[in-house]
Amino acid sequence: MITDFAKKILSTEAKKVATRTAYGDTITALGETNKNIVALDCDLSKSTMTATFAKKFPDRFFNFGIAEADMMSAAAGLATTGKIPFASTFAVFATKRAADQISSSIAYPHLNVKICATHAGISVGEDGATHQAIEDVAIMRAIPGIVVLSPCDATETKKVIETVVEYNGPCYVRLTRTNIPVLFNDSYNFKIGKGIKIMEGTKATLISTGFMTHIAFEAAKKLEEQGIEVDFINMASIKPIDEELIIESAKKTKVVITVEDHNVIGGLGSAVCELLSEKLPTKVIRLGVQDKFGASGETYELINAYGFGEESIINTVKSVI
Amino acid sequence: MDSLKKEMLQKKAAEIRVDIMEMLCEAGSGHPGGSLSIADIFAYLYFSGELKLDPKNPLMKDRDRVILSKGHACPVLYSTLIEKGYIDRFNLKTLRKFGSILQGHPDMKKVPGVDMSTGSLGQGLSVGVGMALGLRLDNSPANIFVIIGDGESEEGQIWEAAMAAAHYKLGNIIGILDKNGLQIDGFTKDIMNSEPIADKWRAFGWKVIEISAHNFDEIENAIGKAKEFKDGPVMIIANSVKGKGVSFMENQCGWHGKTPNPEERDKAISELTGALKK
Ligand SMILES: Cc1ncc(C[n+]2csc(CCOP(=O)(O)OP(=O)(O)O)c2C)c(N)n1
Ligand SMILES: [Mg+2]
Repeated sequence: MITDFAKKILSTEAKKVATRTAYGDTITALGETNKNIVALDCDLSKSTMTATFAKKFPDRFFNFGIAEADMMSAAAGLATTGKIPFASTFAVFATKRAADQISSSIAYPHLNVKICATHAGISVGEDGATHQAIEDVAIMRAIPGIVVLSPCDATETKKVIETVVEYNGPCYVRLTRTNIPVLFNDSYNFKIGKGIKIMEGTKATLISTGFMTHIAFEAAKKLEEQGIEVDFINMASIKPIDEELIIESAKKTKVVITVEDHNVIGGLGSAVCELLSEKLPTKVIRLGVQDKFGASGETYELINAYGFGEESIINTVKSVI
Repeated sequence: MDSLKKEMLQKKAAEIRVDIMEMLCEAGSGHPGGSLSIADIFAYLYFSGELKLDPKNPLMKDRDRVILSKGHACPVLYSTLIEKGYIDRFNLKTLRKFGSILQGHPDMKKVPGVDMSTGSLGQGLSVGVGMALGLRLDNSPANIFVIIGDGESEEGQIWEAAMAAAHYKLGNIIGILDKNGLQIDGFTKDIMNSEPIADKWRAFGWKVIEISAHNFDEIENAIGKAKEFKDGPVMIIANSVKGKGVSFMENQCGWHGKTPNPEERDKAISELTGALKK
């Protein structure tokens, strides 16, 4: 059953927008009043959508060329001068090519850099494995002091970006390529460290993040039609994670299924396991990329083939209740 | 170069370009501009007889190696491997599709004739340094050809590899810089100016040869000289036109990562085959 809380914030419009598009629009809107916002990119501004900001504020946009390591450390430098740098490129290059720069130049001195990486996950599609970040959350989560956020639609992206501008410290925001349904209306409020329960049930706890939430939501609704009601939680805040919400739900349902477009090692599923194994040992099944590289293909075709699409979610829930 | 050989190479280059158009139109995504700019050089590398290669024995011990460091341009590599008989022609229709050996960026575990998996820019030259060191230890006569982009040259790792290749006096590395003046966000001079690029390579200890990427005499001459020079690495700066051979794609930033629709494909193919008849 959809929770009363969710009823108020769920959108009634049928619109599809990519989270990267919402990102570009939001930093541009915020840039009007907040003159400290600057945007940085590595020759992918038309894909990460920082081009929207660049067009409006050319003086506050810096293209570093194809040099991700340089961009990240330069973002750190900009932050020391009081600017709020939004550094963007594809998630593969941001978190792997420039991992040390993010760790040493940004996180260790706890500088106010917002790493907003797009094209995360195998949902990228045709470009294939080298362009599909399946380990970015694991890498970012393991670096001390970085807030890791993974919004599931355009509205949540807007709220996440508005929140990270106010927050003082390094943040990693995981964005995606493909147009997906806008799930929430503008009355939705995002808070770092908080997830939201969209459906209420007793049979199992289903937790999803980012690109997977619209798919998991469909699965949860179909399960309900078949008389299987689950607690369905959207968890945009992966670090810090919403401990209270997860523990409360796991206590009730006794079994948790996580869904993410990421390697099952180190992402949302791992974060949930780490929490529950210490505080409330509970069976957890992690749906996602099972420790293998991505491939070329269409977005939904890939997610289904990798075993964490709608049908896999439904079957997994059925198998554990 | 005699006119017969030149005609043959021109024909091969046109066929490669036609395959690139077919392949990308079918896939609906991928990178035409940077594939076309390097097509003449691929035709030369694989069809001049200059390289030691065997399509029947793709892992032949002392073969020359080719690393397409700018991996997004793989349609040119795949088309060449098809034309050369490394892989079957039916694969052309499968580019970027689920289950295909022709991934969006080259996968050496899947495609015979691909010497290195690439896609994340800036790494191929370092891999070339490793191959050069290993083959030299084995007294192999093989040369390693590494094709890099001018946008790609903005990566710091390219210059780390440049230093290492000169430091180890790797006379078996031949770099080819596809200098088409464009990257994704615009002209390279506007996004991140790397000029004077030839001076940079020279300062890093490389011998530099500048040519037109679309002139077979100059390509032949440059590769001949590069092979002869054994004292250290050579960079062939190949001045090219992004989208070369298809009028509406030439020097257009918008055709970096956009594919032709069927009408555009047909127009491109008729231009390519028409030019050949002239
Ligand atoms: C490390 C890395 N950063 C970014 C990209 C995304 N990307 C793919 S192609 C490209 C532009 C390449 O420009 P250039 O090297 O000049 O290639 P060409 O013009 O020959 O296509 C970019 C930024 C990438 N593949 N790898
Ligand atoms: Mg270029």
